[in-house]
Amino acid sequence: MSATDTTEPTRRDFLYVATGMAGVVGAGAVAWPFIDQMRPDASTLALATIEVDVSALQPGMSLTAKWRGRPVFIRNRTPEEIEAAKAVSLDELKDPVARNANIAGDAPATDLDRSAGEGKENWIVMVGVCTHLGCVPLGQQGDFGGWFCPCHGSHYDTAGRVRKGPAPENLAIPTFQFVSDTTIRIG
Amino acid sequence: MSGGHSTYTPKTGLGRWVDARMPLPRLVYDSFVSYPVPRNLNYAYTFGGILAIMLASQILTGVVLAMHYTAETTLAFASVEKIMRDVNSGWLLRYLHSNGASFFFIAVYIHIFRGLYYGSYKAPRELLWILGCIIYLLMMATGFMGYVLPWGQMSFWGATVITGFFTAIPLVGDWIQQLLLGGFAVDNPTLNRFFSLHYLLPFMIAGVVILHVWALHVTGQTNPTGIEVKSKTDTLPFTPYATLKDAFGMLVFLLVFAYFLFYIPNYLGHPDNYIIADPLKTPAHIVPEWYYLPFYAILRAITFNIGPIDSKLGGVLAMFGAIAVLFFVPWLDTSKVRSAAYRPLYKLFFWLFAANALFLGWLGSRPAEGAYVVMSQISTLYYFGFFLVIMPVLGYIETPRRLPNSITEAVLKKNKMGGAAHLAHAPASPEIKG
Repeated sequence: MSATDTTEPTRRDFLYVATGMAGVVGAGAVAWPFIDQMRPDASTLALATIEVDVSALQPGMSLTAKWRGRPVFIRNRTPEEIEAAKAVSLDELKDPVARNANIAGDAPATDLDRSAGEGKENWIVMVGVCTHLGCVPLGQQGDFGGWFCPCHGSHYDTAGRVRKGPAPENLAIPTFQFVSDTTIRIG
Repeated sequence: MSGGHSTYTPKTGLGRWVDARMPLPRLVYDSFVSYPVPRNLNYAYTFGGILAIMLASQILTGVVLAMHYTAETTLAFASVEKIMRDVNSGWLLRYLHSNGASFFFIAVYIHIFRGLYYGSYKAPRELLWILGCIIYLLMMATGFMGYVLPWGQMSFWGATVITGFFTAIPLVGDWIQQLLLGGFAVDNPTLNRFFSLHYLLPFMIAGVVILHVWALHVTGQTNPTGIEVKSKTDTLPFTPYATLKDAFGMLVFLLVFAYFLFYIPNYLGHPDNYIIADPLKTPAHIVPEWYYLPFYAILRAITFNIGPIDSKLGGVLAMFGAIAVLFFVPWLDTSKVRSAAYRPLYKLFFWLFAANALFLGWLGSRPAEGAYVVMSQISTLYYFGFFLVIMPVLGYIETPRRLPNSITEAVLKKNKMGGAAHLAHAPASPEIKG
């Protein structure tokens, strides 16, 4: 330990190491609050849950809710849109994972697993943020009749699955549930 | 040519008193008056001084604008409009600042291309070059955050896209993005911290500029021949020769700046930024400020997966790589000859590179579809090919033209050949009137 390789560490060696360690720990302790303050604060986190009334949505209608500062697309899909999404086989998909926060993380991206589930297959609820670089895709546009992101040209199908363009993942489905037949709680 | 002993002799008693205690006047005299500069510097070498003026102008107008600006999402847009309409001379100060940013970048691009053309980055000026790259990075960060402050549609969505780059990082990407934004999307915490950093970074730039000038004055300037200064006849004192040449270059540059400022102040901006930010509606076509367009084109050129790297991460890596590669230029260029004036092949590839960079910029302003994507990919390939293949290989295969023995020889020969009869008789030291 000691450079002169004498018998035992001296008191000076101990002081060097102890001071150095205290300095490192101290610097880390001082640095942390400066990093920590940058994280989302309590008021931002408090907006984590919203309830949305969807009673006015007829098939073929959508609404956009604002959740955590970002848009959430809620769409009552037409039977044709559901059929179109069901007709797609999994190996045609760029991202074969459902990306649905309500079911298992590795669930396949079938139309059922992308929708609000058995009996509510006409409903789809998604964070309206392109998984490429965060733009808001435009509804019922693009090559697959779903969503199209104007920024860098990602195309999503009627189940919000990416089919073409630079986006790596399907549109994310947030945690949500129907608290009544006409009300959805997101978050 | 640097170092050497100081020739400063204070003339007054007060001057001698200060000099013995804190020789700041001596430093200024040695750096900006008696400092020897190569006698053959052309106008491409005036952009360092122009950049210093632009930085000072940006800081000055920025500090004043901050007195009228409000960094809060519901007030920011209106406070900028208030500056434009209500604050006395506010329109002028804001246009000075926003067009000033553009002209700052015009100057820095000319400065960088001058360095690439004359091989200014070669030993012993590698650190000088790297410090310049750091300044350029800081400028990009400052410019980006400043553009967010007016809180228009382009501000908001530019910030969304650019902070979205970080989500491409595996595992910790989302966490880093939330750390930058202070939330789950661009919002008030983001605006506040960007304002704070936008105020801070220019002073950091000023700090690195001091290091940059320091490094410059250790190694001395390069010159269009790329030959090092060898004797006193190769140089002239900074004042009045370089000072006046710099001043004249500045005036011409500021004249062009004034034309934009007073006649087309919004030409370099985007009309969508006069629409207040709407988090639920993305503009049909997002473009960054013009000075980022080449890099934006590179980002969008990567539309395919490269092995385990998906197209999103690939695009972000290519974009940052396009800037990172600049740091390695001193070691990528293997040629012993500095100046492109004596390198016929490098000269050709350099001008191709310059044209390609402009072309990339134009592509960045186009939508990401069809033939534009393919052209971006070819252009991106040449961008990286220039640095990673052409630069290293040329050093081995190119036969450079014969170099003159000294700067003086080059200058006198050029004057004889140029038919400038009255200059051909000029003495070797033009500071002595003949």
